[in-house]
Amino acid sequence: MSQSATQTIVAGSASGRQPALRRFHQARWDEPIIFELSREGQRGILVPEVEAEIREQVGDVLATVPEQMRRKQPPALPELSQPQVLRHYLRLSQENLGADLNIDVGQGTCTMKYSPKVNEQLARMPQMADLHPLQDEETVQGILEIMYRFEQILKEISGMHQFSLQPGAGSAAIYTNVSIIRAYHRARGDAEQRREIITTIFSHPSNAACAKTAGFEVVTLYPDEDGYPDLEALKAALSERTAGLLITNPEDTGIFNPRIQEFVDLVHQAGGLCSYDQANANGILGITRAREAGFDLCHFNLHKTFSAPHGCGGPAVGATGVTQELAPFLPVPVIEFDGSRYRLNYYRPASIGKIGPFYGVAPVVLRAYAWVMSLGAEGLREVAETAVLNNNYLLKKVLEVPGVSAPYARGKRRIEQVRYSWEQLAEDTGVHSEQIGLRAADFGVHYWTSHHPYVVPEPCTLEPTESYSKDELDEYAAILAHVAHEAYTDPEVVKTAPHNSTIHTIDHTPLDDPSQWAITWRAYLRKVCGRDK
Amino acid sequence: MSRAGGKRLGLIVNPVAGIGGRVGLKGSDGRAIQQQALELGAVPESPARARQALETIGAAENQLELITYPGEMGEDTARECGLEPTVIGAIERGATTAADTIGAAREMQRLGADLLLFAGGDGTARDVCKSVGAEVPALGIPAGVKIHSAVFATSPRTAGALAALFLAGRVTRLREAEVMDVDEEAYRGGRVSAKLYGYLRMPFRRRLVQGQKTASGPGEAASMQAIAAYVAEKMEDDCLYVIGPGTTTRAITSRLGLEKTLIGVDVVSKAELVAADVNEAQLLKLLEGHKARIVVTPIGGQGFIFGRGNQQISRRVIEEVGRENIIVVSTPEKIGYLAGRPLWVDTGDRSVDAMLAGHIRIVTGYNQQIIYKVSC
Ligand SMILES: Cc1ncc(COP(=O)(O)O)c(C=O)c1O
Repeated sequence: MSQSATQTIVAGSASGRQPALRRFHQARWDEPIIFELSREGQRGILVPEVEAEIREQVGDVLATVPEQMRRKQPPALPELSQPQVLRHYLRLSQENLGADLNIDVGQGTCTMKYSPKVNEQLARMPQMADLHPLQDEETVQGILEIMYRFEQILKEISGMHQFSLQPGAGSAAIYTNVSIIRAYHRARGDAEQRREIITTIFSHPSNAACAKTAGFEVVTLYPDEDGYPDLEALKAALSERTAGLLITNPEDTGIFNPRIQEFVDLVHQAGGLCSYDQANANGILGITRAREAGFDLCHFNLHKTFSAPHGCGGPAVGATGVTQELAPFLPVPVIEFDGSRYRLNYYRPASIGKIGPFYGVAPVVLRAYAWVMSLGAEGLREVAETAVLNNNYLLKKVLEVPGVSAPYARGKRRIEQVRYSWEQLAEDTGVHSEQIGLRAADFGVHYWTSHHPYVVPEPCTLEPTESYSKDELDEYAAILAHVAHEAYTDPEVVKTAPHNSTIHTIDHTPLDDPSQWAITWRAYLRKVCGRDK
Repeated sequence: MSRAGGKRLGLIVNPVAGIGGRVGLKGSDGRAIQQQALELGAVPESPARARQALETIGAAENQLELITYPGEMGEDTARECGLEPTVIGAIERGATTAADTIGAAREMQRLGADLLLFAGGDGTARDVCKSVGAEVPALGIPAGVKIHSAVFATSPRTAGALAALFLAGRVTRLREAEVMDVDEEAYRGGRVSAKLYGYLRMPFRRRLVQGQKTASGPGEAASMQAIAAYVAEKMEDDCLYVIGPGTTTRAITSRLGLEKTLIGVDVVSKAELVAADVNEAQLLKLLEGHKARIVVTPIGGQGFIFGRGNQQISRRVIEEVGRENIIVVSTPEKIGYLAGRPLWVDTGDRSVDAMLAGHIRIVTGYNQQIIYKVSC
């Protein structure tokens, strides 16, 4: 370990109080994969033998399961005792920079805001936890009411006519929207001809991915020189083959498209529909509405903007809203209210069908509902204003750091996030963005380098949300300033980071090669360990 | 020599650079090739390109002192621009060699040139590099067939603009830029293998400098397969496909089970090879009375779709086929290397360049296209 990596460090901040950097040190357990801890015969629970009398009465319980449906061998699950399992997961949890532990502004595009603990308590109440999606409607009127009411709230926030809470993620919502676009053209006999979906390179990549998954040709627009979505490029893309536009606004650069209305109008003139990815809505809540800009469809991520936790890839809700004209195409079921009872209506002949099981992840909706109700309309707007203020404050602080820039829209303010570039620093010092993020982990924060597609060189995307104080943003900026200073004076410390935390430097190249992916333990043994079975 | 009035600019023109391009030869290195090119009717292009750059600099208005070599190595060009250069050295007209470029650069360095501006290709860059290394700032005017080195501006005009900014002190950053050249042996064997010969220090301003050619990473292979499948699937039977050089276009012909001239232009129809490694004249002949499409890919990280390494697909060929019948293909990785810079065309004809400029569609995968900006 390098000497300077372990010394007490005081950040060099240009002005004001200088936050002292933490001498963070993370637990390092070198914890193996749980399958590797397995030993034959170890047990967590010993189920007692069935009593003879009962066995006699019941007979062979498997007899009712058809022969060909029975496993020949039991599943190869790891065999461990209860305390071993407990230790394993607690250790893993300590080898982690959890959202509740660090100043989590470094996962730009993810809107890492505080998920109030009181809402966790609500979601874990037995009345919620014991619900089952197969219960009769009559017995779940309470949660149906909350879901219905939450739809009314989203209608107000977006200006859309009707919502579905069924999609289980933002990308599932985008897939829903693109499916509705196809259903719309099919209903008009246009689906064969309208096979192109237009998106922009700085729209979240889920948009291009979902359109492609749904079988469309994807036409991606590159920005103009200032990083704004390019109207001329849109004109070049539009034709009688255009099915629709899927666009994020503000884009993942934090730049709001000031000509969004013109985009929508041009697409409509060409006969296409416009779908608004509002997963970046945290800076515009209560300020702009999708419908006013003329959009036909939109979606929100309840696990981002509406405070529900991200839960490591779910469960989540990508709430989908559409205009009156498109409402018949929404997934089934939809919640209806006749003035006294709530019911799930499955009979919708024009519907695109189901996009996921049942009707949305109830605890996620409950948390989002509680969050909105605790804030009210004015509170939502204040969330947006604070998030934008925080972001622009951090922007100013970060731009004081040598070697960093905020490409595009120079001199203009950003909405809720900024995609920065360390290109200059990399050129001057040979230190890359990813290494800066890893070195930051030595001070108890991190940033993540998922900025696909890599159009901005040496990218770093920060999104401070409304959840962090000025002192915390100062601390984050001070850490970046310190690491940048190290890059110019002692680049090896940065290049060999992290020194105080468990992240190992991983070769990412196999991630680009599906043939090397090991998603299961069996695939791991086969592909990585070279064992056959 | 007095230095009153301003900076000292050294100009070197390699008069035989680029001579092999339009007649379909893979370079202009060596006497035999140059002779062959002349016999095929090639006209030297580098003096005209150097002239475009000089005009953009406005050497006279800016009170630059111009030092150059005699005759076709710079003096003629300078005088055509109405300048009175300081002429040094001696050459044998019509028979200049690499040794002249090397000698010129060395002498200009001795005389304290602030910038060496040279018109040529990778071979010329190598000669300048061999002579003065990173000691004098240098900048290339693209005039060769092979432009893999990063020391070249995107066009003669941008070379002039960048040189002017540098000499006026408005661009001060210098960057060590690779001097590269393809290993022709490997190139003909089907691999783009650009060898690094050294570094020249060039004035740097992002939009005005050619990006280095970037070797293809492993992830690109899959992208190429996807592009190839898509383009091959869409091919129409009644159409000739003019397939430009490159590894991405080669993926398409491989998909059809055909051999590809990696650094040349092939013509394909109904999944069969019509003609291999054609030059401009042969192409024009083949195209007569036929519906045709051109399939090209930007070369490496430079972002040129016409005018670098595929000069056989000349302005006349492009006019014949028409803009709407040009299929540009590129892996997303290659677009990524451009870091937002536009693609370029440089066909040598302003009106064709202008016709190609603007927004074009590029096939980047299966069912996957982008709209990207082309500059000239
Ligand atoms: C703008 C935007 N759109 C879509 C998504 C995809 O959402 P999910 O991760 O829930 O699929 C995200 C995720 O962060 C996003 O930021």
